[in-house]
Amino acid sequence: MKPDVSKIVFVLIAFKALALYPLIAGSFGIDFVTKIMVYAIFALSLELLVGSTGLICFGQAAFFGIGAYAAVLLTPAEGPASLWWLLPVGALAAAVFALVVGALSLRTQGVYFIMVTLAFSQMAYYVAHDTPLGGGSDGIYLNNKPVLGWMGAPLLDLDQPLALYGFTWACLLTVFAMLALLLRSRFGRALAGIKANEQRMRAVGFSTYPYKLAAFTLSGGIAGLAGFLFAVKDGYVNPELFSWHFSGAVLIMIILGGLGHLRGALIGAFAFALLQEFFKSESVFGAFAKHWQLGLGLSIIASVALLPRGLVGLPGQWRDRLVGRTDARGAAGADAVDAAKVSP
Amino acid sequence: MSAEDVLLRGTELTRRWGGLVAVDRVSIAIARGSVHAVIGTNGAGKSTLINMLSGELPPSGGSVELLGQDVTAWTQARRARAGLGRSYQRNTIFPDFSVFENCRLAAQAQTQRPWAWWQSAQRCPASTAAARDAAGRAGLLALLDRTAGLLSHGQKRQLEIAMCLATAPQVLLLDEPLAGMGAEETERMLALLDQLRAGHAILLVEHDMDAVFRIADRITVMVNGAVIACDTPAAVRSSPAVQAAYLGEGEAAHG
Repeated sequence: MKPDVSKIVFVLIAFKALALYPLIAGSFGIDFVTKIMVYAIFALSLELLVGSTGLICFGQAAFFGIGAYAAVLLTPAEGPASLWWLLPVGALAAAVFALVVGALSLRTQGVYFIMVTLAFSQMAYYVAHDTPLGGGSDGIYLNNKPVLGWMGAPLLDLDQPLALYGFTWACLLTVFAMLALLLRSRFGRALAGIKANEQRMRAVGFSTYPYKLAAFTLSGGIAGLAGFLFAVKDGYVNPELFSWHFSGAVLIMIILGGLGHLRGALIGAFAFALLQEFFKSESVFGAFAKHWQLGLGLSIIASVALLPRGLVGLPGQWRDRLVGRTDARGAAGADAVDAAKVSP
Repeated sequence: MSAEDVLLRGTELTRRWGGLVAVDRVSIAIARGSVHAVIGTNGAGKSTLINMLSGELPPSGGSVELLGQDVTAWTQARRARAGLGRSYQRNTIFPDFSVFENCRLAAQAQTQRPWAWWQSAQRCPASTAAARDAAGRAGLLALLDRTAGLLSHGQKRQLEIAMCLATAPQVLLLDEPLAGMGAEETERMLALLDQLRAGHAILLVEHDMDAVFRIADRITVMVNGAVIACDTPAAVRSSPAVQAAYLGEGEAAHG
């Protein structure tokens, strides 16, 4: 339970590097890393459920999509909306949907929970895809990006890539710090206990259902924040944001990064996006680049097979190989990965 | 025993699984300051009974009273917060947590405060003090920082009891606390139960007959879901019905 200095140093360096990155990056790089940071917020939301509470949610894209669509649908036609209310409302809309989905799906367990969350996200997908509300399969454009003003003076115009980069960075930092605090609090420890042995938690006096529902709702709100930022970045939303492929992709991000660690979500989002970009690049693969999903899939299979604890566990794995021992925590981490692996 | 001292009372508890009656109108009263053992062959319904008392299993009929209140409709968690602690036959500790954190998390159930998300759980004065106290009583003070999964079997059984004590219960339901223990560990556990007897009402389900007859103040004998005897150890030992059930002398039950 003692704070691990190397973890804190890693996180500080990572955020510092992200803060300095725009100094050396071009516009493509800034846009790309903004996208990755949005993915990282999204991955953190799922890490709270899968890695910290042991709830394998396969419908996380629904909350992301609701946050994104809220940003577009609630912006008035005549001009930009204020970020002060649009962002909280976007995240809140996703959280409310998560509250409803969670209230029903948390009555099931294991594979049924996975299927029920998938079913709800598919319902949301079809609402966006097939009703006038969602603008159909073509999606909708966000013509006026929200502005952050103070006493009538604009502070931040999210139409500027650099401003959006900075704002996304601040959101990622806030979410990361908040979750880090949350997980060491009494609430977080109760979630860890529920993940380890829910029956025992009930036996000592925890009503576990409200705890799981609170975690699920919070996770939905964070995913909604990520979706909101994504819509503002692209200026465009379409129903694919709700798709189960995207729910699967974010699950792969946290497994790739290493379950049970917030850093894992961060690292996994970067690794996933970089791998995706690598296999899509025509300068490396030529004509084969259009089959990028094949390369990405194979590399994910390889990494799960070779890195049972994810990228986060890599230093520990090397240490074990050199010293020749495995500790109990590592073995338990591998179990968690095994449990998650069977899900999608 | 006076009526006020009965902390946990099950009345006419029945549990049916389809056509099978696992527990058939069993009444049991556990008083403060006593160890009440429930014995019986495998499948006699002991675990089903304990699960109905703890709230893990709703009874098909009958009622449960805890500290004078009818708690039949209460969830297990609510009963636990009201003073009902239980340990499990199989170890149900949190293997990745330290011994201390196992006890602290159990104690946290009494002061949950989940909304204080910015406060570190390690700084929670109520649960850290209760955890230390419980670990001390169960004889685990020297092992507080050990990862629970690395404890010996006997130490894990002690930790089960410590986690139970950390919730400050008045009633303890102990499901085979001696299972798989060596002679020395058994002695230590019996000494602990003897100490706990003073402030608690203890229900003990156990297969080790020597231990049961040494420690119990009262013994309830179950056969096929029904109680065939409930008396002091000496009276149970000499009961013809109990001998018949255990030794299979059919005529003794009628004679």
